[in-house]
Amino acid sequence: MTNKIQWEFPQALEDEAIYILRETAAQFERPAILFSGGKDSITIVRLAQKAFYPAKVPFPLLHVDTGHNFPETIQFRDWLVESLGLDLRVRYVQDSINQGKVQEETGKYASRNALQTVTLLDAIEELKFDACIGGARRDEEKARAKERVFSVRDEFGQWNAKMQRPEMFDMLNGKIHLGENVRVFPISNWTELDVWNYIRREKLEIPSIYFSHEREIIERDGMYWPASPFLNTTEDETPFRQKVRFRTVGDMTCTAAVISEADKLEDIISEILEAKISERGARIDDKRSEAAMEKRKQAGYF
Amino acid sequence: MEVLRITTSGSVDDGKSTLIGRLLYDTHSIPQDKMEALHAASKRKGLDFTDLSLLTDGLVAEREQGITIDVAHIYFSTPTRKYIIADTPGHIEYTRNMVTGASTAQVSLILIDARKGIVEQTYRHFFIASLLRIPHLVICVNKMDLVEYSEARFNQIVEDFQLLLTSAGYKAPSIKFIPISSLYGENVAARSSKIAWYQGDSLLEYLEQITFDHADNEHPARFPVQSVIRPRTEAFHDFRGFAGKVASGHFNVGDEIISLPSQQKSRIKTIEKFDTQLSTAAARESVVITLEDEIDTSRGSMLSKAENPPALLKEISAQVCWMDQQKLVPGKTYLLQHGINRVKAKVQLIQHVIDVTSNKVLEDKKELGLNDIGKITLKMAQPIFADPYAANPANGAFILVDEFSNATVAVGFVE
Repeated sequence: MTNKIQWEFPQALEDEAIYILRETAAQFERPAILFSGGKDSITIVRLAQKAFYPAKVPFPLLHVDTGHNFPETIQFRDWLVESLGLDLRVRYVQDSINQGKVQEETGKYASRNALQTVTLLDAIEELKFDACIGGARRDEEKARAKERVFSVRDEFGQWNAKMQRPEMFDMLNGKIHLGENVRVFPISNWTELDVWNYIRREKLEIPSIYFSHEREIIERDGMYWPASPFLNTTEDETPFRQKVRFRTVGDMTCTAAVISEADKLEDIISEILEAKISERGARIDDKRSEAAMEKRKQAGYF
Repeated sequence: MEVLRITTSGSVDDGKSTLIGRLLYDTHSIPQDKMEALHAASKRKGLDFTDLSLLTDGLVAEREQGITIDVAHIYFSTPTRKYIIADTPGHIEYTRNMVTGASTAQVSLILIDARKGIVEQTYRHFFIASLLRIPHLVICVNKMDLVEYSEARFNQIVEDFQLLLTSAGYKAPSIKFIPISSLYGENVAARSSKIAWYQGDSLLEYLEQITFDHADNEHPARFPVQSVIRPRTEAFHDFRGFAGKVASGHFNVGDEIISLPSQQKSRIKTIEKFDTQLSTAAARESVVITLEDEIDTSRGSMLSKAENPPALLKEISAQVCWMDQQKLVPGKTYLLQHGINRVKAKVQLIQHVIDVTSNKVLEDKKELGLNDIGKITLKMAQPIFADPYAANPANGAFILVDEFSNATVAVGFVE
């Protein structure tokens, strides 16, 4: 990829996403936005704001709080909800643990990433959501490359790759049986760079951890892990301070940092253009096996 | 920046996934960690080269069988434009996925194995490209390395393909033949030195130059209403706007419009995109339109310029591609979704089925099953506001939904 070229944002992507969000509002009774506080879900919120203006965003936000979030993400979430007057629902993985529905993983790679699927499915059932809008993109991962815009899930939240509905032109079929629900992916056709260019064009605020900052990290398997009370470390793993930033925002236990001086949006975009490691390469949860994402999707992960 | 959408089709093992892998590799779109994963996966499979096709076959079943089952979407960019490739399976039993991948494409990339030449599936792929009226056809004669980069062989295939074009009813506005070797990257991104007799563009060079077909903008103006926006807030107390995406043509502030099915007329007061006021909205733009008068318009209605509205159709004849395991049941009522508008529709008659490999009409076959393409007559409970697909593709296609299974069972093209 050529350095110093700042590609412009393809407007067709915004028009398509707005169309999808309007279809979601029209075809379902209780849609919700799955909000993680990451740049993709921030983009979705912006698109929803634009799609229904001057009316309010007609969807609540659902955040599945693993308890292992970056504190900066939670602060940002609350600020965004407050400033846009959004309706936020939070459900906690800790509650699912307390209810005995899931069990905390053990060992130094323990994370709550897989556990959140159960909390999510319970929340969908409890709040009777029939469509959940997510910020997943097809360029992120090869199982996601096969995903539809309206992805039908059974009552166990399962994705059946072989039974997907064909999506012709821009016609979306959101008809479902009682108990089923649909995952909606309005930014399916965006790449990481498109998202960043959009954030720049729209002048969107994002959590501070996307920008270069100094923090305590440990080195493990050639990656930089943020030190936190949630990370099980071994004796030889000593934390040290380093200027880093995060390209993706997941849990503190499964998101690796990159060493970076980029403290402005422009610098982040240049860095991505030059980057040799893909975005999800920094997601420890994807490294478990080649089919890690496909397996999680079948189980109801979005 | 513009987005160019490409659909690729090819037969089993003619190197489609490898070609896409090659395009990504040569445009430096494969990050280092994905490249390493590819090396490792290739090694595990006992290969002595890096199998670029592993990049696109995303499902476990696909990797096991070494084939593509579902449509995969692949993205790359050059400073000129953003590319979206719908990589579709070449097997006969996945025709529906081919149609799906092709439905949004401006370019159909057809692969032909230089050793085998035109095979049954080439006819199928060409038929789908012509059914969907894809404006640009690029025929890549692949595996040129296995025929010693022979010019005579390439010319023979071009000649054979020309025969196929003459026999077909559809003349694509642009057709290009390129001799390539996706395995070695000859004529993929860079021009090949091994194919010196070919003086034309490499595949990527050609794609970079394809001029965008803005025909949609010249077609009649159509605006399907997705929803009515009524904020009912103090600041926007009387605001009543119609949200939608312009299907075709363009609308200007001040245009006289007609709303269907109510057939009431008004003028466009404003065209808005979030907090910006526009003077015009072109095809594929998502906007909100407000009108001078309060007329009967809601979700499923269509706004059109008053001088050129679409017909209100209660019965249509249409080509359909059947996409469901369960065969079409004549006399059964399905939901017909035209754009965003849903009406009940009964299949009156299966007129005929087409053998897509010979382009011959099978008058005697009166059954449409999975992956069959044929012509049917449909009668609707309420009228739809469609144009013939050939005249205005953006307002001429529909899907059929089974009311009981909720599955999308067919795609159709209004005659």
